[in-house]
Amino acid sequence: MRVFRYPSPPPSSITPHALWLSRRDLLAAGAAAGLVGGILPSRAARAVDLAAQPGPLSGEGLKPTPLRDVTHYNNFYEFGLEKTDPAERSGDFHPRPWTVRVEGMVAKPRTYDIDALLGRKLEERIYRMRCVEAWSMVIPWIGFALRDLLAEVEPLGSAKYVAFESVVRPSEMPGQGGVLPVLDWPYVEGLRLDEAMHPLTILAVGLYGQTLPNQNGAPVRLVVPWKYGFKGIKSIVRIRLTDRQPRTSWNVRAPDEYGFYANVNPAVDHPRWSQASERPIGAGGGFFGASRQLTLPFNGYGEQVAGLYAGMDLRRDF
Amino acid sequence: MAARRGRSAGLIRLALYGIGLVPAVVSFVLGATNRLGADPVNTFERTLGLWALRFLILSLCITPLRDLTGVNLVRYRRAVGLLAFWYALFHLSAYVALDQGFDLHTLLADVTTRPFIILGMVAFTILSALAATSNGWAIRRLGRRWKALHRWVYAAAICAAIHFILSFKVIRVETLLYGLVVAALLAFRVYRAAPRRAKAPPV
Ligand code: HEM
Repeated sequence: MRVFRYPSPPPSSITPHALWLSRRDLLAAGAAAGLVGGILPSRAARAVDLAAQPGPLSGEGLKPTPLRDVTHYNNFYEFGLEKTDPAERSGDFHPRPWTVRVEGMVAKPRTYDIDALLGRKLEERIYRMRCVEAWSMVIPWIGFALRDLLAEVEPLGSAKYVAFESVVRPSEMPGQGGVLPVLDWPYVEGLRLDEAMHPLTILAVGLYGQTLPNQNGAPVRLVVPWKYGFKGIKSIVRIRLTDRQPRTSWNVRAPDEYGFYANVNPAVDHPRWSQASERPIGAGGGFFGASRQLTLPFNGYGEQVAGLYAGMDLRRDF
Repeated sequence: MAARRGRSAGLIRLALYGIGLVPAVVSFVLGATNRLGADPVNTFERTLGLWALRFLILSLCITPLRDLTGVNLVRYRRAVGLLAFWYALFHLSAYVALDQGFDLHTLLADVTTRPFIILGMVAFTILSALAATSNGWAIRRLGRRWKALHRWVYAAAICAAIHFILSFKVIRVETLLYGLVVAALLAFRVYRAAPRRAKAPPV
């Protein structure tokens, strides 16, 4: 796999060399589970290389958006409203130690340590990402299918939905303490169980070959490539199976603008702008490099997912 | 003496146009050479809109400034107002040409169905009418009606301020501050226009 440079000091500059080498060996051996945390300075947010197999579900012919843009053009309102805020203001955020609680209507509720998640068999998935604001990227995520995790906790027959909850840490996330209430914290999201079990739905722990930078939702986030980006809740601390449709942050904030489903749909406009087309980010060339491109139904994943919504009126359930 | 003052006022006006256009030129050059961030078209479009609103507000500050402090900059008001118009025109052009790529279908849907865009368009239409009549000839031709026409600048400012507030997914402090300034300027206008009592209390 190609190795990408990450704009932060290499681990070799902060860890005694012998330890660093042994950590690399461990990672390479895929035996990082439970050990990485012990070797790293406990709360370090340094990027670590991840070993991942290219997944069969990566889109074909997709050219990834440059790393610089993927990590410096973000909507992550916990860190501020500007696209540049997450990169600039997430330096105090500690993505470890970290646990994710999986509970609710399951036979075996469990708490996963982030190192256990990083130690799973990871896949690279190159996905399109379409923001509800009519821009898009292509991102090489690293993660694992959410369905594999859910299978381990054994959802009960009564479970119909999956609710996700993000972290609340105003001391580390300056956007959570703003003057005007932006969203109700914690950020919450939800999926129907069959959406959550779809093989395209992943929990991402990295991108571009390394652990997730803080501004992209470290240490673990949801990626549902056929839905608008805001469904991809970041910095997840809780996953709960339930029989009721969960509240979702943007839907609570503006129900006429952001639906529960939020499937990418060029035929259903946002009240304030058209969703028919999108501006690809990072095409280069300034004004004249990137022209708009047409937005695809289900963001181009219709073949795989349209069946989930058979018989539904997607104008009403937008 | 008067001639000299007239000439220096002319120079200042020229300088005002020159300086006023700097943000547009700088962000155009940055955008054209791919140095305007990850989403150059949107950044450019928004920069131009914001400066249009700023100059519009500045043009409304000139009368209150004179009335409250005695500093008289009225002779530069037209230049500031025209800058607001030019920026609004650039902003609209960036939207039509760079952002939407002259896609008439989308543009038509936007200006007919989206209140956010309609407000911008109303503001722009007013600014165009005001810019077209910002010359000696129009002032002479229109006489008293000129003043009445140019009071519409307040409607333009209100529409533009709401357009600004609505241009984001959430309500932002800075957009409310702009709105507040417009409201205060309008309140001042209304207050001044109200018939005076015999002895108005000191303000
Ligand atoms: C036909 C006329 C207009 C159209 C179609 C229009 C369109 C737009 C659009 C599409 C945006 C947001 C871009 C985005 O979604 O990110 C925007 C933002 C904005 N517009 Fe306009 N606009 C118009 C007129 C005006 C006028 C006359 C003013 C001010 C005098 C103005 C001030 C602004 C401001 C301040 C913003 C936000 C800038 C920022 O983000 O800081 N617009 N406009």
